[in-house]
Amino acid sequence: MNRKDKQEQILRMSGVNARKCMRCGKCSATCPAYDEMEYHPHQFVYMVESGNIEPLFESESIYKCLTCFACVERCPRDVQPAKLIEAVRVMALRQQDNTHMKKGDLPMMLDEDIPQQAIVSAFRKYTK
Amino acid sequence: MQRIGVFVCHCGTNIAATVDVKAVAEAMKIEPGVVFSTDYQYMCSEAGQNLIKDSIKEHKLTGIVVCSCSPRMHEATFRKAAQSAGLNPYMVEIANIREQCSWIHKDMIPATEKAIILGKAAVAKVHLNTPLTAGESPVVKRALVIGGGIAGIQTALDIAEAGFEVDIVEKQPTIGGKMTQIDKTFPTLDCAACILTPKMVDCAQNEKIKIYSYSEVEDVKGFVGNFSVTIKRKARYVDETKCTGCGICTEKCPMKKVPNEFNLGMDNRTAIYIPFAQAVPKVATIDADYCNMLKNGKCGVCQKFCTVGAIDYKQKDTFVEEKYGAIVVATGFNPIKLDNFDEFAYSQSKDVITSLEFERLTNAAGPTSGTLLRPSDGKHPHTIVFVQCVGSRDTSGCGKTYCSKICCMYTAKHAMLVREKYPDTEVYVFYIDVRTPGKNFDEFYRRAVEEYGVHYIKGMVGKVVPRSDGSIMVQASDLLSNEQLHISADLVVLAAAIEPDKSARSLATMLTASMDTNDFFTEAHPKLRPVESPTAGIFLSGVCQGPKDIPETVSQASAAAAKVIGLLAKDKLTCNPCVAEANEWMCNGCSSCEKVCPYGAITYSDKEFRMPDRTTAIRRVASVNPAVCQGCGACTVACPSGAMDLKGFSNSQIMAEVDAICK
Repeated sequence: MNRKDKQEQILRMSGVNARKCMRCGKCSATCPAYDEMEYHPHQFVYMVESGNIEPLFESESIYKCLTCFACVERCPRDVQPAKLIEAVRVMALRQQDNTHMKKGDLPMMLDEDIPQQAIVSAFRKYTK
Repeated sequence: MQRIGVFVCHCGTNIAATVDVKAVAEAMKIEPGVVFSTDYQYMCSEAGQNLIKDSIKEHKLTGIVVCSCSPRMHEATFRKAAQSAGLNPYMVEIANIREQCSWIHKDMIPATEKAIILGKAAVAKVHLNTPLTAGESPVVKRALVIGGGIAGIQTALDIAEAGFEVDIVEKQPTIGGKMTQIDKTFPTLDCAACILTPKMVDCAQNEKIKIYSYSEVEDVKGFVGNFSVTIKRKARYVDETKCTGCGICTEKCPMKKVPNEFNLGMDNRTAIYIPFAQAVPKVATIDADYCNMLKNGKCGVCQKFCTVGAIDYKQKDTFVEEKYGAIVVATGFNPIKLDNFDEFAYSQSKDVITSLEFERLTNAAGPTSGTLLRPSDGKHPHTIVFVQCVGSRDTSGCGKTYCSKICCMYTAKHAMLVREKYPDTEVYVFYIDVRTPGKNFDEFYRRAVEEYGVHYIKGMVGKVVPRSDGSIMVQASDLLSNEQLHISADLVVLAAAIEPDKSARSLATMLTASMDTNDFFTEAHPKLRPVESPTAGIFLSGVCQGPKDIPETVSQASAAAAKVIGLLAKDKLTCNPCVAEANEWMCNGCSSCEKVCPYGAITYSDKEFRMPDRTTAIRRVASVNPAVCQGCGACTVACPSGAMDLKGFSNSQIMAEVDAICK
């Protein structure tokens, strides 16, 4: 997947329009995990919008976000940075070491108690 | 049979790039009644107009169709041209093939087809057009200004200067508006009161100006040149004609715990009060919500001490009816409520204040006599944080989507004043963008940074937390150094967004003047008619039209005055002859039209009719006053028997257009 496809997929998964950002930095001003993060919420928005996504995949920051949604609550432009960070995180998980789950493995894993949604989300997370 | 000429305009490439104008002109030639059809590059140019004039004479045209831009743009131009060639101006029809065709389509083939259809519809209408003659209506040579802030004051002074009578209606006990609460004005730092109060006095002393203070507009009827307005004079329980403004009542009043709105509730006033020393008119007003005498009949102290007997506890609201030729709206603004912004702790700490409150704290007539002290403990603040864009440029639904425009400049002013008076104070300004266009504005802001050492930090404040030791923790972004800052502040000042005054919405309904989604009045044209409302005779002055600072407000106020003077200088206005007319034979006297008419132009009367059997019957029928009718057409839709018709837009003309389009 090239740079542009990745950017598009992240934007689609998150439902975020990063162009709405007016670069006020209120997301990072309100972020309780700020000191833990190498890239801060406003940088996530800016870097995704400019297509500079690789460094985010490499960074621990995607796991430091608490998903507390303070940034979503406070953003004056309704950009929803936490959703964007979540999308980057999901995408990073999906592409780690290619495919972790094959279709053929599925019947063995099934039992009556597994919700269908869990299977679907497992596929989304662990397959390329 | 009419002899119709069709003129197709290229409008440069505006139309010609999308519509095949030659094909349109050609197609129109075969329409019934069309004896001449041509196209030209700019029909509105002098050469184009001459083409129309010459063709009317040469081909003995009885009606013309111009396929061009919107009639709002050039209908008047072409009507005038036709008139000068001896044709009745109402025999001109415009087919709008620009706004409604070339500008909205890309493909030439269907666009050309549509242009031809629009042309055919106009031709079909011209066949049924009849020559109309415009009447005249007189102009009442008096103007009404609603709102007595700096905008209203300037407009009134300028209108009075031209020799016309003008009334100001102000809902507060004094004129002056928000500017009375401001300490200094940017970018020159002269004192607001020093430049405003002389203007207020001028208003009071000008023979041509009448001030209705503590009054509101209750009802508006009529139309341009002839408005009839009901003004409610709220009971102030003090006889304005007797009160000398000596102020003894305000000293003696025992009810001393009323939040003082002039100082935004930061100190108290008495129940009988004069808002401030330079109030105009300088008369006392009793606040009925707090006065013991009015609430439970016990007290009467002010009446006892008043040496001129001005106190009247039995005063009632009164209503005044006045006629005006023009109305200027100058209803101004208020800072927004900050309930949606809990993160800034405005409601939790007395030391988190709005910028307008800050103005009062630095004003010599304010609650602290101009010494900057914290509202909570009266101590000098040593670290002050200013937060910009609180509720401005906010599309999340919590605030306002627009830029409030004035905050960047007044915050630079506040920051500068603090550093000048108290150099030991650290001042931080958190901004998203600094917007300082205007004469000497950017230089002013740079002075705050370069000469006064104000710390401007690019980034927003995310969280304000009042702490038990009295300090306030401010957590913010510094985007340029990519840091999160934690500042321990003594005072936080929020630049709250501004919004139109709440009274504007109901006023707009009364005036049938349009507003945008933010409740700002819309102007007739955003660039070329910025001080007129689309409703004839209604003019706009100040922030009611959009955020603006004092210099801009004063310019607009004078511009609105110029427009009013232009209107009042006329003795008569030409009426629109496209008015409603009742067919008395078809009218069944049901009054449906009378009920829907927004102008009160329709009356009913009993008339004698000769019936077919030669008897005489008396029937109740509608008649329209053509001087009052504005041609809105509401009655023609309401009439169940089809007796109402609008001249120039008759039912048969519109049906002919529809038929031509559907053919």
